[in-house]
Amino acid sequence: MDKPLTKNIDLARGPLDLAGYERAGGYQALRKALGSMSPQDVQQAVSDSNLRGRGGAGFPTGKKWSFVPMGPQAPRPKYLCVNADEMEPGAFKDRLLMENDPHLLLEGVILSAYAIEAQVAYIFLRKEYVLSARRLEQALGEAGQAGLVGKNILGGGFDLEIHLHTSAGRYICGEETGLLNSLEGKRANPRFKPPHPQVSGLWGKPTIINNVETLCCVPGIIANGAEWFGKLSRTADGGTKLYGVSGRVNRPGCWEMPMGSTIGEILDRAGGMKQGYRLRGLIPGGASTEFLTDQHTDAVMDFEGLGKYGSRMGTGTMVILDDRTCVVGMCHNLMKFFARESCGWCTPCRDGLPWVRDLLWALETGQGQAGDLDLLEMHTQQLGPGLTYCALAPGAMEPLIGALRHFRGDFQRHIDQKGCPWRR
Amino acid sequence: MITIYVDNQAYQAKAGGNLLEAVLSLGLNLPYFCWHPAMGSVGACRQCAVTLYKDEQDTQGKIVMACMTPVKEGLRISLQDRQSRDFRARVIEWLMANHPHDCPVCDEGGECHLQDMTVMTAHDYRRYRFAKRTFANQDLGPFVNHELNRCIACYRCVRFYNDYAGARDFSVLGCHNTVYFGRSQSGPLESEFSGNLVEVCPTGVFTDKTLKEHYTRKWDLQTAPSICVHCGLGCNTIPGERYGTLRRVQARYHSQVNGYFLCDRGRYGYEFVNRPERPRTAMIRRDGQLAAASAEAALAAARELVGSARGLAGVGSPRASLESNFALRQLVGAENFYSGQAPWLDDCVREALRQLQIGPATPSLRQVEQCDAAVVLGEDVTNFAPMLDLAIRQAVRVEPMELARQLKIDLWLDGPVRELIQDRRGPLLIASPAATKLDEIARWTYRSGPAGVVRLALATARELDASLPVPDGLDEPTARLAKEVAAALAKAKSPLVVSGCGCGSVELIQAAGVLARALAKVNSAARLSLTVPDCNSLGLAMLGGKNFRQALEALRLGRADTAVVLESDLWDLAPTDAVESALAGKRLVVLDHLPGRTVQRADVLLPAGTFAEADGTLVNNEGRAQRFFQVFPPQGDIRQSWRWLGDLAGRNWPNLDAVLAELSSALPDLAPATGAAPQANFRIEGLKVARQSHRYSGRTAITADVTVHEPKPPDDPDTPLTFSMEGFDGIPPAALVPRFWSPGWNSQSALTRFQQEVNGPLRGGPAGVRLINPGSSGGTAVSAVSGESDQAGPQAGRLCYQKLLVVPAWHIYGSEAQSMQSPALAGRAPRPYLGLSPADAAQAGLQADQRITAQFDGQSLSLEARILPSLPRGLAVLGMLAGQPAVQLPAIIDPPPKGAP
Repeated sequence: MDKPLTKNIDLARGPLDLAGYERAGGYQALRKALGSMSPQDVQQAVSDSNLRGRGGAGFPTGKKWSFVPMGPQAPRPKYLCVNADEMEPGAFKDRLLMENDPHLLLEGVILSAYAIEAQVAYIFLRKEYVLSARRLEQALGEAGQAGLVGKNILGGGFDLEIHLHTSAGRYICGEETGLLNSLEGKRANPRFKPPHPQVSGLWGKPTIINNVETLCCVPGIIANGAEWFGKLSRTADGGTKLYGVSGRVNRPGCWEMPMGSTIGEILDRAGGMKQGYRLRGLIPGGASTEFLTDQHTDAVMDFEGLGKYGSRMGTGTMVILDDRTCVVGMCHNLMKFFARESCGWCTPCRDGLPWVRDLLWALETGQGQAGDLDLLEMHTQQLGPGLTYCALAPGAMEPLIGALRHFRGDFQRHIDQKGCPWRR
Repeated sequence: MITIYVDNQAYQAKAGGNLLEAVLSLGLNLPYFCWHPAMGSVGACRQCAVTLYKDEQDTQGKIVMACMTPVKEGLRISLQDRQSRDFRARVIEWLMANHPHDCPVCDEGGECHLQDMTVMTAHDYRRYRFAKRTFANQDLGPFVNHELNRCIACYRCVRFYNDYAGARDFSVLGCHNTVYFGRSQSGPLESEFSGNLVEVCPTGVFTDKTLKEHYTRKWDLQTAPSICVHCGLGCNTIPGERYGTLRRVQARYHSQVNGYFLCDRGRYGYEFVNRPERPRTAMIRRDGQLAAASAEAALAAARELVGSARGLAGVGSPRASLESNFALRQLVGAENFYSGQAPWLDDCVREALRQLQIGPATPSLRQVEQCDAAVVLGEDVTNFAPMLDLAIRQAVRVEPMELARQLKIDLWLDGPVRELIQDRRGPLLIASPAATKLDEIARWTYRSGPAGVVRLALATARELDASLPVPDGLDEPTARLAKEVAAALAKAKSPLVVSGCGCGSVELIQAAGVLARALAKVNSAARLSLTVPDCNSLGLAMLGGKNFRQALEALRLGRADTAVVLESDLWDLAPTDAVESALAGKRLVVLDHLPGRTVQRADVLLPAGTFAEADGTLVNNEGRAQRFFQVFPPQGDIRQSWRWLGDLAGRNWPNLDAVLAELSSALPDLAPATGAAPQANFRIEGLKVARQSHRYSGRTAITADVTVHEPKPPDDPDTPLTFSMEGFDGIPPAALVPRFWSPGWNSQSALTRFQQEVNGPLRGGPAGVRLINPGSSGGTAVSAVSGESDQAGPQAGRLCYQKLLVVPAWHIYGSEAQSMQSPALAGRAPRPYLGLSPADAAQAGLQADQRITAQFDGQSLSLEARILPSLPRGLAVLGMLAGQPAVQLPAIIDPPPKGAP
């Protein structure tokens, strides 16, 4: 099986330098595109590949690009922003790519910028990813020296500046429009859409924001074609996918597997549950996806496959709930995170999430009251999509919705027993 | 108009707006917080949720935020369905989670938008049982109190303060449910518009600190429609009184003038009305001493002085009403009526009037906001006509907003529009002697004295109209700038020329007129806006008295031996020696409410009512006559000046309408001023309009220590308002609105109920009337003005300057006499100073803040030296501070020697 994302990765060796990357076939896609493809051709190839955004929402990348105004009349400069602010609890897939194959990301960035005729690209990197920053800087330096970034790239007449921007460290910066505000030096409050960033993005100019893994898929698509990319997948969503597992499994980690692998297969890669722990449930794609249970190991992990169970793939990095961990405590831990990371802009998120957090803590500490579960239910309904300003609070509610659906008895026991059964 | 359906009922709505505006304009109730009519929609609070249906068959619908939803034909929504009602109640429940519920001790109580919205959503039971977050509050200076624990994070304060008013010393800090709205540290708010936070805040976070000194609930305030008396723009206000003292001033919406806002001078300058030092008793000079007398005795004494006079000089006032000035003119005769505006400013005001009469038309503040290119010639509008600053800050957004139109982004979507246009600003030129606050949003700044600004204006005019001559002495950089500015103005859809009296230069006002007319040849939408110093400067000029210099001459030469001085301090108008020599041996009748040197020198003092105790008409800088009404009846001997003067003249006018009738026949140009507001006999539903609210408390107890009977309310023969809670309390004609209050809407937000539509005029037609129709009367166009040289010393560019040209520097806190009686405001005023360029200061060996003595044509001023890096060499500015010795500007002086330490 081809592993276009991780073929160069050897954790023991570390990342390839420019020469090594080129020896491994790197920057061939870029040479091909600049040599023989128009920006529209690159867009078409990505559209045909059915690449969907790997940040979690799964929006078709080619379609996203197609809304960018093109041609000489389009506003300039146009921007490409790399969303490298990987901060979803449980997700560490982009880090794997940036630390261990930075040139792959750069090649993806240059190709994608070429496709939308962007003059400037920003890599918006999570603050804590210090090693990624170092390795990306190293790679950027090499690429600049080699004429792969800057003016007249590879003599093809295409100019691109790439800037690495290290975030000040808030989850909401990973929301694509919050990211734009943050880059502009403003509060990272999400923006209202429409207008979409393709029309009015960074500094009011046409802008595309793509996830790291998404962009890392692009060189393969250009080098090998859309059909090849489609065949990597077992389902309609093209390509391979980085899946991750954390929790009490034998080998927590992150692996490139065909898109559409099942939860069971992914758990097998993780070596199964640790001795003495039983799988009770999991949140399949990072903290803002709904709980599934041990009954769902056959579920297909792609952008459509989990819908029928009320969940979604998200980032594809699952977190395991075992039988010796309290689901209420786990939810509380997540709500602590989400309540803290609310930007404070809209009322339901700003004032609703702390209430949910406090209710869960009350349950955990034996202060739960009859009616608390109704209040939790109320929040899962009233913090829904469209009711809040952005997707943070609805995302925060997803694990709670699943937990209440699948493990409601555990919640009730906290009230009945005046405390957490797992803490005794 | 299009049709929308609300709860299955069809309504007509305006296309292009948002649903919240439409619903409010229809008079329906829908709660909201973050939306503000002047600032548009941002969708933060989620309070205005409604259910939107696809069509008649759709029974599910989905919740949308009304403020973020464009109104479209056939739109179908519900306000009453369970789904959206539930959600709106939850939003209040969330907002209230951390709110302290301290309404009984909160200054906002009784006029709190949060209270109203809570009641409107029927949220009544608290389920949140955890600890509330708390904040440390800040000292934000003398105007605005900070109590952040009440905050519901609607973001209106930052949106007003930073986005709308352009200030930077306040922001939102932190995140999640501890977002903090304040400064990085305690300290006075720096914006000239900070007081609007009080009205913009939907709850009690930002409250009026001066009101706190003598707190009264809204329902206990007696209020009347009024006009601000602290500059020439004529902003509409609602002052409130209780127990004979003025408690606060709020903005009274006017769609064409001040919109929703006021500047801090206008809001906080009111306390001169309450000052104990204020003349309150009639006085007669006996044996050299002023002694209290009865009103009748003082009137008789004044009558005796006037009757026995061998020549009268009446000095009118730019801060007194048209009626009071006219009454004085009738008393002394038109030929003996003189302006009480300082002569050098008087020349400017008269020139401004002439230019306005020639045209092009002058814009209202609202129209200024809509201009897409502007040049400001010689003015520091922030300090001289503050609300014009706020209007220009909106105007520079107009040109870039064209981009939003092209992308079909609704202009009321504040976030997307700001994100799109970012820091792009339309063309704005600030040409002034020293740096101004508006420089930060200007495309071009030009530093020069008046003559240089005149040259730039004329060169720009010449670029637009080749028939004009090239101004003399035009240098290359100025010529280039003129070309650039002219090109931008020519391209604009509605260009604006702003100038005025701030520089004290008649030539500059003429040059502004020349430029505006050259521009009007290219684009008939071109407008000319001219500032004037005082609230009735233009009205006084229209009355057409003589210059104050002539008054002094008449007195000095003995052609007049008795002066009647209306609401003016003569020592503010001319140098001390000139005033004292003119008054030597003369008799002086003084009407005023401000203490001052003229009051002390009076032979008869008649205590005059302030704006709060008087009715009358003021003419603002656009020639708009607007009526202000007594907020409370004058106490003791105090009477309105026109009434004193009418009695003195034996006119015995029964009421204000009689004065206006006489004014109309004597001065037909001013006759339309009569229509500024309904006359005294106006009734609505058979009633007068009540100055007291329907919840006014204690009327039977207020005088219980004197009488157990409820006193009869004082008569008000002059207006269609009554000093009582018994009267009409609905929506009266716009000029008579004493407060904004409507069932369910106790806060200022009730205003939407008084508007024909959101941001539209008030119901019942416009308040006030324009008196000036360009081209209709007076004046011929001046095509060219010769600017004299600014360079007091040798030629420009030479290193040695022997003289300094001094021009005025105005201060929002400090330059206006009445407001300087307000402690909150006086504390923000600078000390008297002379601003010098660094080079001139260095040459004179002066350090910053050093004491100096400057000689102005016989008048010696003790000042501090201030070094202003923006000032060109050879140019100096004198801080214009109320009460300092009068000097005529612009002036040429010797560089000051160091004063005594």
